[in-house]
Amino acid sequence: MALKREHEIHHRRRGRNYGVLAALGGLAVLLFAVTIVKMGPQAGNPSQGKSWGETLMQWVLE
Amino acid sequence: MTDLTANVIHAGPGDAGFRDYVRLMKPRVMSLVVFTALAGIIAAPGALHPIEALASLICIAVGAGASGALNMWYDADIDAAMSRTAERPIPAGKVEAGEALSLGLGLSFLSVVMLALFANLVAAGLLAFTIFFYAVIYTIWLKRSTPQNIVIGGAAGAFPPMIGWAAVTGDVTIASTLMFLVIFLWTPPHFWALALFRNSDYARVGVPMMPVVAGEASTRRQILWYAAVLLPVAVMPAFTLAGGPVYLVVATLASLRLLGDSWAVSRRSSAMAADDGYAAEKRLFGTSIIYLFAVFGAMIADALIRAFTGAFWPVWF
Repeated sequence: MALKREHEIHHRRRGRNYGVLAALGGLAVLLFAVTIVKMGPQAGNPSQGKSWGETLMQWVLE
Repeated sequence: MTDLTANVIHAGPGDAGFRDYVRLMKPRVMSLVVFTALAGIIAAPGALHPIEALASLICIAVGAGASGALNMWYDADIDAAMSRTAERPIPAGKVEAGEALSLGLGLSFLSVVMLALFANLVAAGLLAFTIFFYAVIYTIWLKRSTPQNIVIGGAAGAFPPMIGWAAVTGDVTIASTLMFLVIFLWTPPHFWALALFRNSDYARVGVPMMPVVAGEASTRRQILWYAAVLLPVAVMPAFTLAGGPVYLVVATLASLRLLGDSWAVSRRSSAMAADDGYAAEKRLFGTSIIYLFAVFGAMIADALIRAFTGAFWPVWF
């Protein structure tokens, strides 16, 4: 009988490891992005009196 | 000689798949939390940078998921005995109870600290209180001790739009309090409709849901009362920054529909419900889910129209 090296548990563990990798990677990206925003020109006063739509449009067009 | 032991696999603690951990965080509840919190963020005056808004929303979602994990950790014993919850990760043997506790506590801490950094201390404080309220006040204390469990515990589910609002403004206002009240008053008709057709499940595990303790007739009357009180309260945000013309129309029509379905449920006896397989109760439960998405969707619609049209779109008060 041939030895079967792959088992369903291996798939499950691999899936879990990739899931944790994605979650940690996402957290790192989020922290980086928020840091850039908070250190940017709008730091400390993100809205600067603008409406939500104006801020979004400015962000999209930049 | 071939080493056969290399091919012997033992599944045990720590062998759950990633999806099992996701299920531990109650993704369907999280979707409701994300949607209502998004409404709070978008409707609030002022603006977060979109990246900060997204980060805040993720923190609120993760906090909700963490409290879901803590709920599943504590309720694993009764979940195993109820058909609706028997396949949850802990009773199904996929995740250890200790893992759920660790995940819940860890993510609770992480989400609150991150929200404080991404948004402000008010929003983070509200999120911490919400997690505490759901995990300790509702799950550990009220759920198994009083038929008012979901009435008071419903507050935990009502906080997300208020947290979203606070993430933008840094405070709690009448508008965000009204958003809270809409979900708070919506909770009893929603859960009691479910409890009516899942009565035997709750009775078997000894959870004192209203139909188990006060009987179906009393529960049906109370569903109607809460739906009646919800109607005027749900319309009020239309006259604040949280709402507008779209919200006024949608909230009025949706609340009337919910009241109508509640009226139908209140006029029925247990025998009538059993005869048609609790059709009216199931309809009310379905209506209540659509109701929340419709009402908070209308808030988002008004906020977006106002954002892109400026003073053209009215704020009545």
